[in-house]
Amino acid sequence: MSENTQKPNSTSTHAAGKHASNAAGPRPVVVAGNRIPFSRAGGAYANASNQDMLTAALDGLVARTGIAGERLGAVAAGAVIKHSRDFNLTRESVLGSALDAATPAYDVQMACATGMETVSSISNKIRLGQIEAGIAGGVDSSSDAPIAVSERLRHALLRLQRAKTTAEKIKAFKGLRPGDLAPSVPTSGEPRTGLSMGEHQAITALKWEITRLAQDELAAASHNNLAAAYDRGFFDDLVTPFKGLSKDNNMRPGSTVEKLGALNPVFGKKLAGEATMTAGNSTPLTDGASAVLITTDEWASDHGLTPLAEVVDSEAAAVDFVTGNEGLLMAPAYAVPRLLARQGLTLQDLDLVEIHEAFASTVLSIMKAWESPEFCKERLGLDKPLGSIDRSKLNVNGSSLATGHPFAATGGRIVASTAKELAARAKAEGKPQTALISVCAAGGQGVAMLLRSA
Amino acid sequence: MTDTYLDMVNSGLGKQVAGKLGLPRPVTLRRFKAGADFPEGSVLVLGKGRAADAAAKDLLAWDLDVRRTAQDVDRVGAVVIDYTEAETPSQLGGPALELASALRKLRRGGRVITLSRPALGIGTGAASGTAANAEPLSPAVSAARQGVVGILRSVAQEMRGGVTANGVLIADGVSPDVASVTGAIRFFLSGRSAYVDGQFLTVSDDRGDAGVDWDHPVAGKIAVVTGAARGIGEQVTRTLAASGATVIPVDVPMAGDALSTLANELRVPALQLDVTDPEAGQKILDLVTARYGRLDLVVHNAGITRDKMLANMDAAKWDSVLAVNIESQLRINETLLASKDLGPAPRIVCLASTSGVAGNRGQTNYAASKAGVIGLVAATAPLIAAKGGTINAVAPGFIESDMTAKIPAARRQISRRLNSLQQGGLPVDVAQAITFLLSDAAGGINGQTLRVCGQSLVGA
Repeated sequence: MSENTQKPNSTSTHAAGKHASNAAGPRPVVVAGNRIPFSRAGGAYANASNQDMLTAALDGLVARTGIAGERLGAVAAGAVIKHSRDFNLTRESVLGSALDAATPAYDVQMACATGMETVSSISNKIRLGQIEAGIAGGVDSSSDAPIAVSERLRHALLRLQRAKTTAEKIKAFKGLRPGDLAPSVPTSGEPRTGLSMGEHQAITALKWEITRLAQDELAAASHNNLAAAYDRGFFDDLVTPFKGLSKDNNMRPGSTVEKLGALNPVFGKKLAGEATMTAGNSTPLTDGASAVLITTDEWASDHGLTPLAEVVDSEAAAVDFVTGNEGLLMAPAYAVPRLLARQGLTLQDLDLVEIHEAFASTVLSIMKAWESPEFCKERLGLDKPLGSIDRSKLNVNGSSLATGHPFAATGGRIVASTAKELAARAKAEGKPQTALISVCAAGGQGVAMLLRSA
Repeated sequence: MTDTYLDMVNSGLGKQVAGKLGLPRPVTLRRFKAGADFPEGSVLVLGKGRAADAAAKDLLAWDLDVRRTAQDVDRVGAVVIDYTEAETPSQLGGPALELASALRKLRRGGRVITLSRPALGIGTGAASGTAANAEPLSPAVSAARQGVVGILRSVAQEMRGGVTANGVLIADGVSPDVASVTGAIRFFLSGRSAYVDGQFLTVSDDRGDAGVDWDHPVAGKIAVVTGAARGIGEQVTRTLAASGATVIPVDVPMAGDALSTLANELRVPALQLDVTDPEAGQKILDLVTARYGRLDLVVHNAGITRDKMLANMDAAKWDSVLAVNIESQLRINETLLASKDLGPAPRIVCLASTSGVAGNRGQTNYAASKAGVIGLVAATAPLIAAKGGTINAVAPGFIESDMTAKIPAARRQISRRLNSLQQGGLPVDVAQAITFLLSDAAGGINGQTLRVCGQSLVGA
């Protein structure tokens, strides 16, 4: 076992075994979800702030569940790209929503896993008996991004604020050069490597030999699955229109491998191997917000609401990508086996699998790692590989390649859609259904979660 | 939308000019206000029959100044004329001329209400959906009864100052003192009927409850309104809620944002649902019964127009209008009537249209659907009566809404004036008529189509 091994049971803070984590307290159940349609950056929501979008997502959820005026135990949400004025983003959104103003709220930030972490946090509070009902969610705007000033200008402005005399005020700007006036715009670059997320993933894709065709197939399936879900009314009670948009405007129904194959690569062009990642098999910058209502069974029943799925358990993982020891977006490959082991499940026990499509190659690299005896032995300390996932169970209603990916809003989108799909399948099959959700995040992090039909 | 002409002729200079030129002078109608819902002045009850006595008793119970003769009255708020015992046309003149002597004393927003029995075979006329009397009747009696219709409709056209004239038809075999006769009189006196003019409501049985709280006639009821996000549907939702009901608004997912805002304001769940969904009825029942245990009232308001002259009509335009406006209502009603989750007195109101009564150029598809609604309610009436309920339709005329705002300006101005009140109605006028038909006070009114059109000349 190498020192990089993240063996499931050894690192777990919980005892191994079936349903170990949900032994005590009421079970948290997802009863409803809502999001606004996701919009490509600079599009329909170009003039909407994070607070506008999160408030809209909350209000849509409140309306769907008829809980206007209710005081909830907590609302947890967050954004990855935030203005400094949005220090209390979630609380401000709650105050602007139809919820009772006496509903407490807090912000969470865990990069693209923010939404997953809010679901986990609210669920844990319910399981501990601290709250009976809460909303988890997230929002992000790439259009309404904060623009910062250079470090030298910022220091000059702070000096100006402290200055008392005119002479001191003039002196504050001493040494400032024209170049210092240029604004600095947020990027998706990793602070420790300077590489964009796409360039990081290109390295991973090359390492796992993920082909262009496989990526384009996954992207086409994402668009077509999403379009089919819209067509059959799946999103009728999951999405509320916003600013004239009633569907995700990144969706391309009728996507084909041929059309996607015509696009030029955008990432990994300087790497030794073939560049395979295009705008078509990578997620675009997106604006959007999502929210999920999680409650006890009793609270749901008191409010005439039907539980869709139990939030069974979740697990976070992180990897050392800075030294190049592991790929930036590979943390879910570690989180999932630990979670499954704790719950006594295998990949093949799952009825649905949702792997967030940051890039098509992220999904494919993670799945390939689980099929690899070397990876599973050396990195996970397992005697045999986790094995493969039946692709018919993967991202059945489309995922981020089609919907787009407003960072912190993605977790809520996946949890709500998956809970609904689980409930429908459990009813149709007449037996409980289990789903795995996996979301990778910047900083080499990832969160995995298990949902089971309620 | 605002009617600038109406505002103008009710202001100083505009009023003078319009008067001099003999232009139409519509007035702002007397609309429902809780606690102040009667016309100003005395109520004159003409006729000596049982219906007149019953009406006078009701009016006295409402603390109105009731008079039985036109003499010695200064200010008349309403005139109620009992023709229920008319047996020959020669008996029509007396009460009509007594009414004539009181007309000049009738105040703004006043009311003329006739009480009579239906004639044989012809209903009240013009496909209004009012069930025809099928009982054998002597020709003279039938002539007298239908004569009342002619009187009432002419009086309605002669009235000015927002005065309306409407009639209650009491089916043979139904006593004139039943709850729904009281309910209908109350409705016609009320500002709730502001834009109902020249119309008849038939009381066909003795069901109903005249003891309702008149300011909150649907108190405690659980209601669903389709097409509720905007326009008439939104107003129906608000009016029913203000009248005491818990109202679940339903609209297509596309309209979900406006629907959410309305639902949160009323503190009820919003249901994003296309009424053409084959499961729509069950989805409505599922949501409402999970939350409230039963469903009492349904308003089939969702509707669309896809206007084209028949020569230019295509299948898509035809089919979509029929699917939304009539087929969805048929399918949902079937589900509702088969359900065990309806309350003890379920009531449905469907939206028809004057286009369904009279037809309209460029609206063959729309008129087919809306005329279909009139047929639907008439045939569904006995089915829902078996479950203790009622079904009726309202047929709006020109209502100021997003739909009529699309009509070109000049044509819109003309359409607005082509009725006895010389103005378009407001969504709230439709909503108030629906509220009455959904109340237990209207429990004996079943299978009817009530026009809310200001006595539009179209299809009158």
